[in-house]
Amino acid sequence: MSSDPAENTVILAENLTRRFGDFVAVDHVSFSVQRGEVVGYLGPNGSGKTTTIRMLLGLLLPSEGSARVLGYDVVSQSEEVRACSGYMSQKFALYHDLTVGENLAFYAGVYGIRQRERLAEVLELMGLRELERQRVSELSTGWRQRLALATAIVHRPQLLFLDEPTSGVDPAARRAFWDLIYELVEQGVTALVTTHYMDEAEYCGRVGIMRDGRLLAMDTPTALKEKALPGLAWDVFVEIQAAPGESQSPLLQALNALLECPCVLRAGLVSDHLRAITPPEVTADTLLASLAEAGIAGARVEQIEPTLEDVFLALASHD
Amino acid sequence: MAEDLIEVRHLNKTFSEQVAVEDLNLVVKAGEIYGLVGPDGAGKTTSIRLLCGALKPSQSPGGEAPKIRIAGFDMLKDIEKARAQIGYLPQRFSLYEEMTVIENLRFFAEVRGLPTSKWQPRCMEILSFVSLDAFVDRRAGQLSGGMKQKLGLAAALVHQPRVLLLDEPTTGVDPVTRQDFWQLIIRLAAQNDHPEGRTAVLVSTPYMDEASRCTRVGFMRKGRLTVEGSPNQLRAQLAGRILELMGSPLPLLRRIAVKDADVQNAQLFGDSLHLRVKEGCSVQVIQRVTEDVAEQGGVVTRFRLVEPQLEDVFMGLIERD
Repeated sequence: MSSDPAENTVILAENLTRRFGDFVAVDHVSFSVQRGEVVGYLGPNGSGKTTTIRMLLGLLLPSEGSARVLGYDVVSQSEEVRACSGYMSQKFALYHDLTVGENLAFYAGVYGIRQRERLAEVLELMGLRELERQRVSELSTGWRQRLALATAIVHRPQLLFLDEPTSGVDPAARRAFWDLIYELVEQGVTALVTTHYMDEAEYCGRVGIMRDGRLLAMDTPTALKEKALPGLAWDVFVEIQAAPGESQSPLLQALNALLECPCVLRAGLVSDHLRAITPPEVTADTLLASLAEAGIAGARVEQIEPTLEDVFLALASHD
Repeated sequence: MAEDLIEVRHLNKTFSEQVAVEDLNLVVKAGEIYGLVGPDGAGKTTSIRLLCGALKPSQSPGGEAPKIRIAGFDMLKDIEKARAQIGYLPQRFSLYEEMTVIENLRFFAEVRGLPTSKWQPRCMEILSFVSLDAFVDRRAGQLSGGMKQKLGLAAALVHQPRVLLLDEPTTGVDPVTRQDFWQLIIRLAAQNDHPEGRTAVLVSTPYMDEASRCTRVGFMRKGRLTVEGSPNQLRAQLAGRILELMGSPLPLLRRIAVKDADVQNAQLFGDSLHLRVKEGCSVQVIQRVTEDVAEQGGVVTRFRLVEPQLEDVFMGLIERD
């Protein structure tokens, strides 16, 4: 591995911008990714995640700004970029009537790879050896995701683009999948992961949060929780028994009271209690006092560590 | 005491020798949101299909009679009445893309037997509940994914069911929309304005962040419901046993942690490791692993007890067998 920092920069995006007519899909986005990093790109639908990836892969021309991927310019050297990159889409295109081995051989052929040994090696690495003769239509979602990853790495890419790689699976399957990603990363592969899911973002070393085409923050999950939330997170518990004949439950009354409180930035329901985000100067006493003022007596509040979701909702919601 | 709106006893389902659901016993009360969680193929969807009468239960191996009561009606004997109490949002629901929001809803209202005098006010009420009242004349095909999801929910609720069954309702939906959707579900279960009392919700999901929004959670594995409890009760079982370890290089930290005899599981996340340790061993583990890391040239920057998450509970249950 080179010690020259420029050579270790796998993605360098500078003021990357894409307009469709009057609509700015990606708005002056700048970031860099170093070799061996796993970087998440988190944002709601239409926030510009996919448009960014398409520009980085050289499939879409930037309206403004520039990007270098693996040292290649994405506009003038897009073929080189794609030859060294792998892409796994959430709607992976696998042939359901073909077997695991046939699917992999097909994608290898697209990249001009014919060696049986490489196919065997990839199947082994992904733990797919015993399923080689199984048809894709017979596989569970978790195994299909592994096969999709296998087809994305068969040509030994240095950079992997993963689009919601583990959507729809349980934590055990997700952990098993991420162990594979980390194994590739230890071998020097870099990964950029676009996702909707906080659970998935937690696996990334750094996470960028997108909204309306703009990159609002990019940092480690821990730093985002500590620094990017504009305040404190609280759990608020209220006595849950409804008075007979009362049409609104105490929980909803408390929610309305919190939403009205001048000292509350956001409030929401969490199963049998509430979550509130307040400015940093608010204390348990001031929060309880303003609840009491709104007629919610006997509440209990607890300051908690914010989750990535709290940070995300605070930055990405429109309210 | 809140009434039992879902009561299930000795429910079994076998598909040609393959046991999908084995002796399911379950009670969900009015006002509860019950989360059915488990890996792919655990039997979650089959359970929901049994509950709404789409599948018939198989003979129970012990010979006990199966029982499904929905808001007091027997699904196996009085299927029409029992079904009328259920709102069901399947994993893939279909809307008529060429029809408007209100036309779609009217269709579902009429299928559910709402008289003409009632469907219109009820449709407007439910559309305002899901915040689609400004879009009544928009074609369903022109709605965003999140709005379609809400229209699906409105269609499931149009006949004011006491019981709402949701099968993986937010797969593929973005986080802002998921947050909105869950606010509606929690609101629905909490509100008291149904003429006959509060609603019960049963939701299946592979996502732990959704499970943590439920009032009670049941873990399913290989067709069996193995553990039940509120999210807090379940997390409390692992209190004092989940450690967060940060430092560098993470792969080295992980290799060292995995070798420790008191560490049961070490999971690598983006910028940290989560360790599950044997009961009462956290102090020793912190000490030993810190020493070993220093000895092998690594750095520990943070090592502390953290609140267990439902994911930790889930992993513990999966590894049990």
